[in-house]
Amino acid sequence: MRETETTTLEINGRTREIAAPPNQTLLETLREHGYFEVKSGCEKGDCGACAVLVDGEAVDSCLTLTGTLEGRAITTVAGLKRGEELHPLQAAFVKFGSIQCGYCTPGLIMAAQSLLNETPEPSDEDIRLALSGNLCRCTGYTKVFDAVQEAARVLREEESAS
Amino acid sequence: MTETESWANVNLRQVGRPLARSDAPGKAAGRTRYAGDYTMPNMLHAKVLRSPEASARLRRIDVSKARALPGVACVLTAADLPDRKASTDIPGQTGKKKLATDQQVLVKERVRYHGEPLALVAAETQTIAERAAELIDFELEPLPGVYDPFEAMKPGAPIVTAPDNVVGQHKVRKGDIAKGFAEADEIIENTFRTQFIEHAFLEPEVGLAWVDENDVINIRVATQVIEHFRPIAEAVGVPHNKVRILGALVGGGFGGKEDVTVEIYLALLAQATGRPVRLAYTREDSMFGHGKRHPFVITHRTGFTNDGRITAVKVTITADSGAYVFLSPYVLLYATVAAPGPYRVDNVHVDAVAAATNNMFTSAFRGFGAAQACVAHEAQMDEAAKALGIDRMELRRRNFLRTGDKLVTGHPIESAVWSDECMIKAWEALGERTPDAGPVKVGRGVATYQQSYGRITWLHDTSEAWVGVEVDGSVVVRSGVTDIGAGQVSALGQIAAELLGVGLDDVTIYNSDSAVTPLAGTTTATRGLYMTGNAVRLAAEAIRGRFLARAAREFGVEPGEVDLAESKAFLVDRPDTSMAFKDLVALCASEGVHRSELVMFRAPFTGQIDPETGQGRVHPDYAYGAHAVEVAVDTETGEVTVLKSVGAHDVGQAINPDAVAGQIEGGAAMGQGYALSEELCYEEGRLTTPSFSEYLIPTAMDVPRYQSIILESRSGLGPFGAKGIGEPALTPVAPAIANAVADAIGVRVFDLPITPEKIVMALRRAEAAE
Ligand code: FES
Ligand code: FES
Repeated sequence: MRETETTTLEINGRTREIAAPPNQTLLETLREHGYFEVKSGCEKGDCGACAVLVDGEAVDSCLTLTGTLEGRAITTVAGLKRGEELHPLQAAFVKFGSIQCGYCTPGLIMAAQSLLNETPEPSDEDIRLALSGNLCRCTGYTKVFDAVQEAARVLREEESAS
Repeated sequence: MTETESWANVNLRQVGRPLARSDAPGKAAGRTRYAGDYTMPNMLHAKVLRSPEASARLRRIDVSKARALPGVACVLTAADLPDRKASTDIPGQTGKKKLATDQQVLVKERVRYHGEPLALVAAETQTIAERAAELIDFELEPLPGVYDPFEAMKPGAPIVTAPDNVVGQHKVRKGDIAKGFAEADEIIENTFRTQFIEHAFLEPEVGLAWVDENDVINIRVATQVIEHFRPIAEAVGVPHNKVRILGALVGGGFGGKEDVTVEIYLALLAQATGRPVRLAYTREDSMFGHGKRHPFVITHRTGFTNDGRITAVKVTITADSGAYVFLSPYVLLYATVAAPGPYRVDNVHVDAVAAATNNMFTSAFRGFGAAQACVAHEAQMDEAAKALGIDRMELRRRNFLRTGDKLVTGHPIESAVWSDECMIKAWEALGERTPDAGPVKVGRGVATYQQSYGRITWLHDTSEAWVGVEVDGSVVVRSGVTDIGAGQVSALGQIAAELLGVGLDDVTIYNSDSAVTPLAGTTTATRGLYMTGNAVRLAAEAIRGRFLARAAREFGVEPGEVDLAESKAFLVDRPDTSMAFKDLVALCASEGVHRSELVMFRAPFTGQIDPETGQGRVHPDYAYGAHAVEVAVDTETGEVTVLKSVGAHDVGQAINPDAVAGQIEGGAAMGQGYALSEELCYEEGRLTTPSFSEYLIPTAMDVPRYQSIILESRSGLGPFGAKGIGEPALTPVAPAIANAVADAIGVRVFDLPITPEKIVMALRRAEAAE
C-alpha cells in the first residue's frame, strides 16, 4: 500500500488535517470525508459537477491533487450557506426553478460564485463563459442564467448596504 | 359530461402556481443524498470487466490472479452464476405475455457488443477492484459481426438474435394507398437518417446493495423504475418479495435509467460476499452500461394535391436494435403510430422493422421513436411546402388533426388538439427576423408533433398512491414514483395540497421504496403525472370528501357548501364561518373518521392492435404542440448558431408552470444537441466516443435563452385535465432546427447530426448542380 501524506486544509471554514495517498484527488478526499455534495460526473475535467472553490476560485476537484493544496481554503456548496439561510445564489436557484435533477447544481453554483467574486456585475456573456465548463443536461441553462443575474443583484445590494 | 367540461370550471389554488419545488432547497444546499452518496460499514467496492470486442467467442477466462490479490473479496464469471437470464422486457406490465427478450448477465460464450460484461469484482477499495479487473486473464476469438440493420436482415448475415435478427416489426394498413397516390398532384419522397445518441445524464449509474436479516436483497439505486425488483429477483433466483429497491432522487434519466443497469451485478455480489457492495459506474462505464437512442433510416413518400391536402403517406422505418432486444419493439411501435405526424391522412401504409446487430443495444430515450418519426414527417412538410409553393405553416394547418379525428390506428382522439394554436404562438414569439450578415445566413423553422403520454394500453398500466393526514393536520403522501429531476414528487405534493386546502410545505412525500411505498409504476413514457397524479388526486379526494362531510355537520350545512383552503374549512358563501384544518382533523381523529386512503388508478385497458393493419388503440391519449427556431448558418464554415428557440405546448393543465417551462427549456437544449452535435460513433461496433470530450452535449456557450409558452386546454386525462410534457418538450426540436438550417441555406441535410462538414458538403453539391 502507498504511504499517506498529511495535508492541512480549511474546508468550509474548518481546519482539517487530511491524511491521503499522494495521488488522491480533492474529489476523492472530499467525498471520503463526507462532503457528498461534491459530485462526480466524469473524473476527467469534462463536466464540472465536482467544482469547488479553492481560495475563492472554482476548480474541478477531480483534476486537483489534495497534496498540492497545503494551507488552502476549500469551499463546497454546503459551505456557502449562511447559518440557516441559503446563500443568495442558492436562494435564486430555488426561486427561479434552475434546479431539476440537481446533480450539476453544486458545481454550477460554485462556478457562478467564482465569477461573482471577480465580476460582481456580469453580462450574460460573462455568465456563459464562466459556466461553460459545467454541463447540465436537464435545464437548458436558461433559468440558471436568470438565477445568476438575480444573485449578482442581491449580492451587490448587500455590498452597498454594508 | 366529459372530463374536459368538468375541469374547465374548477377553481385552483395550489395547482397551476409556480411554487418553488419541494426538492429544490435540499439540492441547492448540497443536502440531498443521491444513490451514490450512501455508504455502509464494511462495504465493498465493485468493478465490471467489459469486452473490448464487439463480436467474439470467449475461449477462456482465468480469474485466479485476480482472486489472489490481497483485498479482493469476490470475482464472478458466468461459470459462477445460476443458469438464469435477465429479462429486458417492459417492467411492471400485467396485460400481456412478456416478450422473449432475455439477456445473459455475464458473457458465457458469445460476446455480442463492445462493452458486454465478462466478470464482476468486489474488493476492499475501488483501487483494488480496478487492479483485480486488470488481472483477469481472458482470450477472445473475434467472430464475424454485423453492424448495419440492413446487412443484418440479408440472408447469410451473422446471427445476433435467432432466428433472423428481426426483433420487432409493425405495420399500418389504412385506406387505399394506391388510390391515394393516384389522386396526388405532387409526390415527395425522401430518406432520413438519425444517429445513435447518449442520454448523458450527469449522474452515472450507481447503487449500493446489502442482504438483510430476512434474506432480502436491498438495493439503493439510481433508477427510473423500482418495479425492477421483479426481473432482478428472477435473474438471481429468489422470490419477488426478497428483493427491495430503494430509490433516491435521481441525477437525470431521460430513459437511460429505465432498464436495469447495476442492480443485478450488485445483487449477485452482495449475495456472494454477504457484505454490502457499492458499484459506481465511471462515465466510460455509463457510455457502455445502458441502451442508446435507436438510429433510424426512414423513407417517407407523401402525396399532396395542388392545394396542399395530403392524399397518401407511405413510410418505411428500419431501426438498429443493437445486440439485445430491450425495448426496441415498443420504440418501433411508437414510431409507427407517429409516422404520419399530427395530420389527417386517410391512406396510410407503414412498414417498420428493427434488426439486431453487434452495435451497442438501443432502448428507451425521451421521445421513444416518436422523436425520430418527427424528424422525417416535419422535414417532409417543409419540402412539400417548397414544391407546392404554399407557406409552411399554412400547409400544416390544412392537414392538422382535430379533436375527434381518427388516428392512423383508427382510434379517435378524445382530447383537444391545439397544434395550430401552439404553432402560431411559437412562431410569433420569434419576433423580428435577424438579418443576414454576409456569408452568415439566417433561417427559421417550425415543427409540430404528436406524442403519447401514458403507456401502451395493452400493458394494462396502473399506479397506486396513499395519502394520509396526521393528527396535527400535516399531510403524508406515499408513492413508489421515482423523481428523475422533473419535479415528479413536488407535483404530487401540490395536488394533495390543493385538494386538502393546505400548503405545499405541509406535505411530506415518501417515494420510491418498493417495500413501503405503494407501487406507482415507472417514471417513463410521460406517465408519471398522468398516472400517479391521478392516484394521488383520487386518494386526496376521498379524504377531502370525508372531511367536508364532517365539517358540514359541524356548520349545520350540506357538504357542497363547504370548501378547504388556506388550512381552513369554511363556508363557500360565508368564508368567515370557518374552522382551522387542524381542528377539523383532530375532531375527525377523535371520532375515528378515516384519515387516509390507498388508491389504484387504472389507465384504459385494451387488447393488442391488429398486427396486419395496425388498427386499434395503442395509447391512452396524445399531446400536441410546436417548436420554432431561428438559426444563423455561416455558409463558409458550416457553423450553426441557434439564435432563438421557442417551445409552445398544450400541457392540458400545468401543475407547476415553472417545472413545465423547465422541461421545455431542457428539451430545447437536448433537441439542439440531437440536431447539431451529438453522435455516438461506432466503428465495427467499437465505441470511439466514450467521454464528454468526444460526445458533445450543448454547453452554456451554445444555447440561446430558450422561451417556453404553456397552453392549457384542460382536456387531458391527467389530474385537473393535465396531459404531459416530459417527452413532448424534446420531440419537435431537432426537426425545427433542421428546417431552419434548410431555410437558411436553401438545401437540406438529410442525416442527423447536421454538422458543419455536412453543411459545407451540401452547399458544394448544390453549387456544382447549378
Ligand atoms: S467530475 Fe470533475 S469535471 Fe467531471
Ligand atoms: S439539473 Fe440535471 S444536470 Fe443540471
